[in-house]
Amino acid sequence: MALPKYTEPHYRIWHYIYLTICGAVFFFLIAPLFVIFPLSFNAEEFLVFSDGMKRLDPDAFSLRWYEDMIYGTKNPWGLAAKNSFIIAIFATIGSVLLGTVAALGLSSRHMPYKGLIMAVLISPMIVPLIISGVAIFFFMAKAGLAATHTGIVLAHIILGTPFVVITVTATLSGFDHSVTRAAASLGSDPVNTFMKITLPLILPGVISGGLFAFVTSFDEVVVVLFLAGLENTTIPIQMWTGLREQLSPTILAVATCLIILSTLILVTAELLRRRSERLRGINR
Amino acid sequence: MSSENKQILTTDGIPLEVSLKKAERKNKIKAFLLVAPLLLFLIITYVFPIGDMLLRSVDDKMVTQMLPKTFKAMEKWDGQELPEEEVFAAFHQDFIKLVEEKREGKLSTQLNYTKNGFKSIIKKLRRASKKFEEGNYKEQIMSVHKRWADVEYWRAIKRRAPEVTSQKYLKAMDMYTNEEGKIVSVDEDRRIHRILWLRTLEIAFFVTVFCFLMAYPIAHLLATLPMKYSNLLMICVLLPFWTSLLVRTASWMILLQQQGIVNDFFVGIGLVADDNRPEMMYNKTGSYVAMTQILLPFMVLPLYSVMKTISPSLMRAGKSLGGTPFIAFWKVYFPLTIPGIGAGCLLVFILAIGYYITPALVGGASGTLISNQIAFHMKSTLDWSFASAMGLMLLTGVLVIYWLYNKIVGIDNIKLG
Repeated sequence: MALPKYTEPHYRIWHYIYLTICGAVFFFLIAPLFVIFPLSFNAEEFLVFSDGMKRLDPDAFSLRWYEDMIYGTKNPWGLAAKNSFIIAIFATIGSVLLGTVAALGLSSRHMPYKGLIMAVLISPMIVPLIISGVAIFFFMAKAGLAATHTGIVLAHIILGTPFVVITVTATLSGFDHSVTRAAASLGSDPVNTFMKITLPLILPGVISGGLFAFVTSFDEVVVVLFLAGLENTTIPIQMWTGLREQLSPTILAVATCLIILSTLILVTAELLRRRSERLRGINR
Repeated sequence: MSSENKQILTTDGIPLEVSLKKAERKNKIKAFLLVAPLLLFLIITYVFPIGDMLLRSVDDKMVTQMLPKTFKAMEKWDGQELPEEEVFAAFHQDFIKLVEEKREGKLSTQLNYTKNGFKSIIKKLRRASKKFEEGNYKEQIMSVHKRWADVEYWRAIKRRAPEVTSQKYLKAMDMYTNEEGKIVSVDEDRRIHRILWLRTLEIAFFVTVFCFLMAYPIAHLLATLPMKYSNLLMICVLLPFWTSLLVRTASWMILLQQQGIVNDFFVGIGLVADDNRPEMMYNKTGSYVAMTQILLPFMVLPLYSVMKTISPSLMRAGKSLGGTPFIAFWKVYFPLTIPGIGAGCLLVFILAIGYYITPALVGGASGTLISNQIAFHMKSTLDWSFASAMGLMLLTGVLVIYWLYNKIVGIDNIKLG
């Protein structure tokens, strides 16, 4: 964004002000995440940069909070991580299956009441989580599924499907239906056509929807707070409890791990998005 | 196609029109069957339970079922003078049954919601009722406590006769039905819910405004920079978007604490004295700052996707026709971004209005929203019908905005990432 040479001085000044504002906003967005990283290596128990850390004294840094996270006595993080992964994986599988099939139906031009049905399918994403939490809790309590893994997985399928429906519908919007007709005319039955032709083409959309569903489930705390018993504790619940009671550096160690995980997911999602756009011939 | 014309037939002799319609219907059913599993799943586990909330929020069967005979006898009572012996006798019958089932405590809690002072007189009545003699219950009950001889208390009981009630909704608006059956507001200093509703709207509104003001320049920069730079900067938007909400809230808790980095910075530049560090967390400021940063990506992404489609030649054309860059921006560029602004603002507003986690952690007492109140009644007071009522009021507001969003943007146009 270099300015042309003939730019008048006061526009030049405006331009630099504009760039400064942009820089400040980017800093505001990203900087808070980087506070957690160094503090999680703090040798002391306080959540401020000690004098030693400011001097970059090696003794001021330690891995003790990571040790505490993994080996600490009466430590909830192991169980929480196990539960979180189990719940998120099953919720993702459920969301992807239900969501992809529904997106296939929704993208058909024969689909009746498309707008209305789409509105219902997307609603769990729009309705405030606290309301979803109350409603789902009432259902699970009646169905006897409160404080069970099954109940939480079902709840997370509800919250995760809108993302899959949206991403897969978006992928299908650029889908050339003549390839499936070609397959059919060559004698392939619908299931075979789907597995061999449609699925490979829409796979990037399905996977990125799955990533959204995974992250939604993995991060979700409001609904789980209503549903979970002691046995079903998850990482977000432990973080929530920790943040409410006492902000300990162990939480920052966990948070650092979560930031690394989200970076990995971000990179995967970006690569998939680009691949999907390349496949669909969109060059932006 | 009129029937007099010769109909076009398919090879098996069926008119083409019929055959096409049949194929069309078949396709419709096929498409619907694909959507059906998810739709059914959501209706059972999600849509019906929201309906269940509606039933709970107006449900008032409990007292109706505890005092069936009393309410039957009260039907003829006009509520002016004390009721007749008949009502007292019926009440005595109901009450004895409740005592046998050990449910009189529940009755007193329920009636106490309607009018204060029932708890103690029901306890007294339970003790006295063991020595009651047959007949003339009116005298006997009235002699237990002077409040039993007060017509106000009998009116309060009668008000609980209907099976449905709007009391929970009135309570959410800090109103109630008084002794004369009029809807009035509670005392000025007890109007907590109105404050919460207004604060929720206020915080959601200003967070939306702040997000817009911050997102617009950076979305513009991202859309106009060459790909290789903008991709890098895009990570600054997407990384927070993908990072756990609790992690981001935790980072604000570290930054905003009294000995935190933001305060250190203010002290460092001499803005505040070291011994007079301002409280930036556990109040409204905390909610504003953290919510704005957390919701910012939801504003940037729709703005960016709209700005990306605006050709830079339009601005050049505007300038070459004699507009200064500001006029060209205001008359050409800005109007073209309005769809993105609408989408981003509605999305952020919807998300902000139902926010729960962040205000609960950094909002303190003055920065909490209506969602926190709903959670409080769900988990602490266990007044689920009240929580349902407030939840549905919030939901109605959100659905109105959702409907607007659908009109303006169209839900099929939601883009993620």
